[in-house]
Amino acid sequence: MAEIRVNPTRMELKRLQTRYQTARRGHKLLKDKRDELMRQFLAVVREDRELRLRVERALGDVYGGIAMAGAAAHPRMLQAALLVPKCESAVTVRHRNCMSVTVPQLEIQDTGEAAAVGFPYGFAFTSGELDGALTALVAVRADLVKLAELEKQAQLLAAEIERTRRRVNALEHILMPRYLSAIRTIKMKLDENERGNITRLMKVKDLMLSAAHAPQDEDE
Amino acid sequence: MYKIGVIGARDSVLAFAALGFAILEAADAESARTALHRAVRSGEFAVLLLTEDLAALLEQDIARYASDPLPAITSIPGCRGATGYGMAAIRRAAERAVGSDILTESQEA
Repeated sequence: MAEIRVNPTRMELKRLQTRYQTARRGHKLLKDKRDELMRQFLAVVREDRELRLRVERALGDVYGGIAMAGAAAHPRMLQAALLVPKCESAVTVRHRNCMSVTVPQLEIQDTGEAAAVGFPYGFAFTSGELDGALTALVAVRADLVKLAELEKQAQLLAAEIERTRRRVNALEHILMPRYLSAIRTIKMKLDENERGNITRLMKVKDLMLSAAHAPQDEDE
Repeated sequence: MYKIGVIGARDSVLAFAALGFAILEAADAESARTALHRAVRSGEFAVLLLTEDLAALLEQDIARYASDPLPAITSIPGCRGATGYGMAAIRRAAERAVGSDILTESQEA
């Protein structure tokens, strides 16, 4: 592992200790963020999966009904019946901040004569299957928008979780150990200097003592 | 106010016209790709629904817009029925976030 190269001074030690504390606090916060994101993500994914199952089943019925209606009527007739809608579906978007991830919230809204969602065709030239299929489709319409919203949320949350996890791991396994080892190096170096100093002083004291005693020995 | 778009083969998307969704007819992958990019660039759409067969072919194009908050691009089964692609997409997202496939386990449980 690449070490941080540092000057073994007290100032550097102080600086590194502060940075280590910050890293530790950030690590804890990011870990909490990751856990909360995960909790929300799992809720979204579960709901999404149930909704998708429901939508897939409903759309299967819709396609079946339309295929039956298409078999009974001329394809042109079917197009003419369906292509001019009575209402226009639109969605309004609000953005929600979910753990610093901006996720869209979609709400379906009708414009035109939508309030009474009726069939956009006369009943004379179409079969009953088409009516059934369209009723089923209208019922599943809100679910489709909800499904899109949930999948978008799941995508965005998944990306954010991945990013947060990488950050947590980088702090935990790279940055913090590096700071710790640098702090240890400096501490050892300082201690070593201190010990060197003490031995030097002791040595000097010995020398001075022996120098002080030496003339007396000569006198005797 | 944003629009809802449906991209797919004629048989699959026709029904959605009656709901007032914008229909972007695309018979093959190339035309679907053009329709997708044009729709996203126009900025008018909040929701784009692709039929699963096309979504499987345009995976990389869809991934380009994955990190943008809008539009929400989702796959829906086409008129030939569900291929399981949409479910697989959810599973992949979960795998990316959690690191392992948790949804299959919960199905078994």
